[in-house]
Amino acid sequence: MTTTNILLCGVGGQGTLLASNLIADCAMKAGFDVKKSEIHGMAQRGGSVVSHVRFGESIASPIIRKGEADIVLSFEELEAIRWAEFLKPDGIVITNSQKILPMSVSAGSEKYPENIPEILSRSSIANICVDAIGKAIELGNQKCLNVVLLGVLAHKLPMIDSILWKESIKEKVPQKLLDLNLKAFDAGWALA
Amino acid sequence: MTHKGKKAFLSGNAAIARGAWEAGIRFASAYPGTPSTEILEFLGKYDEIDAQWAVNEKTAMETVIGAAYAGARSICAQKHVGLNVAADPFFTASYTGINAALVIVTADDPGLHSSQNEQDNRNYARMAKMPMFEPSNSQEAKDMVKAAVKISEEYDTPVIIRTTTRISHSEGVVELGERENAPEREFERNMGKYCVLPAIAKKLHEKVEKRTSKLEELSNKSEFNRIEKGDKKLGIITSGVSYQHAKEVFPNASFLKIGMSWPFPSELFQKFAAMVENVIVIEENDPFLEMAVKAAGVECIGKEKIPACSELNPDIIYEALKDFAEAKAPKSAKLVSGVNIPVRPPVLCPGCPHRGVFYTLRKLNCTVTGDIGCYSLGALAPHNAMHSIVCMGASITNALGIEKAMKDKIHGKLVAVIGESTFMHSGMTGLLDTVYNKGRHVTIILDNSITAMTGHQPNPASGKTLKGEPAKVVNLEAVCKALGVDHVTCVDPFDLKQLEETIKTALADPEPSVVITKRPCFLLKSYKPKTYKVSINREKCVKCGMCMKLGCPALEINPEDGKTVINYALCVHCGLCAKVCRPGAITQATEEAK
Repeated sequence: MTTTNILLCGVGGQGTLLASNLIADCAMKAGFDVKKSEIHGMAQRGGSVVSHVRFGESIASPIIRKGEADIVLSFEELEAIRWAEFLKPDGIVITNSQKILPMSVSAGSEKYPENIPEILSRSSIANICVDAIGKAIELGNQKCLNVVLLGVLAHKLPMIDSILWKESIKEKVPQKLLDLNLKAFDAGWALA
Repeated sequence: MTHKGKKAFLSGNAAIARGAWEAGIRFASAYPGTPSTEILEFLGKYDEIDAQWAVNEKTAMETVIGAAYAGARSICAQKHVGLNVAADPFFTASYTGINAALVIVTADDPGLHSSQNEQDNRNYARMAKMPMFEPSNSQEAKDMVKAAVKISEEYDTPVIIRTTTRISHSEGVVELGERENAPEREFERNMGKYCVLPAIAKKLHEKVEKRTSKLEELSNKSEFNRIEKGDKKLGIITSGVSYQHAKEVFPNASFLKIGMSWPFPSELFQKFAAMVENVIVIEENDPFLEMAVKAAGVECIGKEKIPACSELNPDIIYEALKDFAEAKAPKSAKLVSGVNIPVRPPVLCPGCPHRGVFYTLRKLNCTVTGDIGCYSLGALAPHNAMHSIVCMGASITNALGIEKAMKDKIHGKLVAVIGESTFMHSGMTGLLDTVYNKGRHVTIILDNSITAMTGHQPNPASGKTLKGEPAKVVNLEAVCKALGVDHVTCVDPFDLKQLEETIKTALADPEPSVVITKRPCFLLKSYKPKTYKVSINREKCVKCGMCMKLGCPALEINPEDGKTVINYALCVHCGLCAKVCRPGAITQATEEAK
């Protein structure tokens, strides 16, 4: 059985940690061995954040090698290209179309790359760019961006039964936000 | 919370807490520090465990030693540099031994994800002569805590569990067990064991040396040290997460997997060395295992190939040992060349109460000694307002030393900046030193009422304990006055005018002075300040760039016209930018925002 590697990236505060928790939980429910690694501490302070999620029959290292990721799930466009080289040549980038400017860009000393989906395509990297943040705002809370993106991701993970995603969301999300997040997942699923 | 036989997905830190609970541990204490913080947070969730935040690692260590003497199985957990703070009681606890079990967790940070150095605390085990376990995943983290409790009581010694960031903060599947009911142990007066007068300690040292020999026998037969037979050409000796990385690169090699790494299992190693053609030691940072291998007189490949700096991962191990690799590195997707990807370092959050302090210190062109916390980010652009950062508490005494060296050249310009949690950790003694030794620099205590950097742990300024119970709130102003500082002023860091005046007055003071800037961390869930909408009239913006000096992530320069725009997805309406905007383009409403 092959190992599936998903690299999640984004900006501290965007909710990548909950998303990686949900993926790991679903993979475990689906009967896989699972490992996940991420760095805490800076996560709330606007820095670049990354989580590695790996599942399969038996997983040794919690870290994905360069060229091993099946999917890079990016919460922000610039982060998508920062981590794209972790992908297999036939891997895929799924990115939220949001742009969050690093301090050097907002202060005018550096430029944010233009047209990131086009850069990916020019690099022969398969990519899906979705307005997940727009969808989340439409649903009334930009914080559910992470679950919208999970809905998109779920399409690409046929080895995980789609029922499991909702089961995990029900277990991991606080009751008062459950409805919102279930809607967010469906919205993401419809976007893909 | 029993769920025997059930599987859970746990981080290394959660697994350590679970192991402690299953092993019947009753008491825990620690000071927060990445990557060890969550261990105590998880321990605090168990009703059967009395878990508390200490004011520093030394008080935590001394408290758990006391609890272990008095019969409660106990645990403390600290980041690598935290063990330096606790080193004094730590070394002597090895001599006295324990009564009920004592487990000491050191969480090292290879790669310096959130630390000021990369010290390899495995060296502490050798120096303190304490047995040590190195888990390589969450399951082992739990199992080793339980083994540590057993060994601690059987061999009358504290036991070290050494993790790294990639163990503490990686998650894996763990099988849960039941809680063991530890037998009650009485605390009896035993001068020859607990009172380390020189003549007694002399005997205790002999006991420690004998214990070490017995522990080495144990290490040779420990279930955590094992030979995995494979290709005889390649014999890899490794421990911790390096084992997992090495398995990815060399799935068919022979392994000596070390879980109990001190005392080193010499006999088992000799057996392994005789089985394989090439011995390779794969470990992060120091050549800890490699020294043992070389001391045994066996040639090996080690640090001449494996980097001593930063953490390892499968890619680095492959690169270092390419000649031995069974398969080539995977091919990866490549981005077209010529794309500049701006870095994204962490920044002070929107609404951070520290922002105005660094803005002001920069404006006044002060020399600033810094400390450990979120506010270390004041060293970075655009604040550039820090001249030194050494360790917890060093700001105040660094400043005192600078004064001693520079005298009149620095008087009136020198400021030490320290958070309230760090001040209580080890700044108070430095302030007393400053008063006693006639320093006159200004100490600014950034009081946001929480230990923020590590994720909002309560401290004596917060009014509650780890368990969420109400606690007495420390009076920092009274503490400073009691230490001999006559001029202590409290100020709201959002009131920029008063903040500047207060700091200027303090700088002019010929005696040591303290300024306490008081405002809660904006991210605190319990903190719901009234906010008033901030907006910008872009016609009035003259591109002076004053607002950008605040380094607020919610302010951006529009590349087309060079004028400031507010990013409302990030803005929390703290109003600081309105206060520094000279032409009055940025304003704050007077009515409460929605």
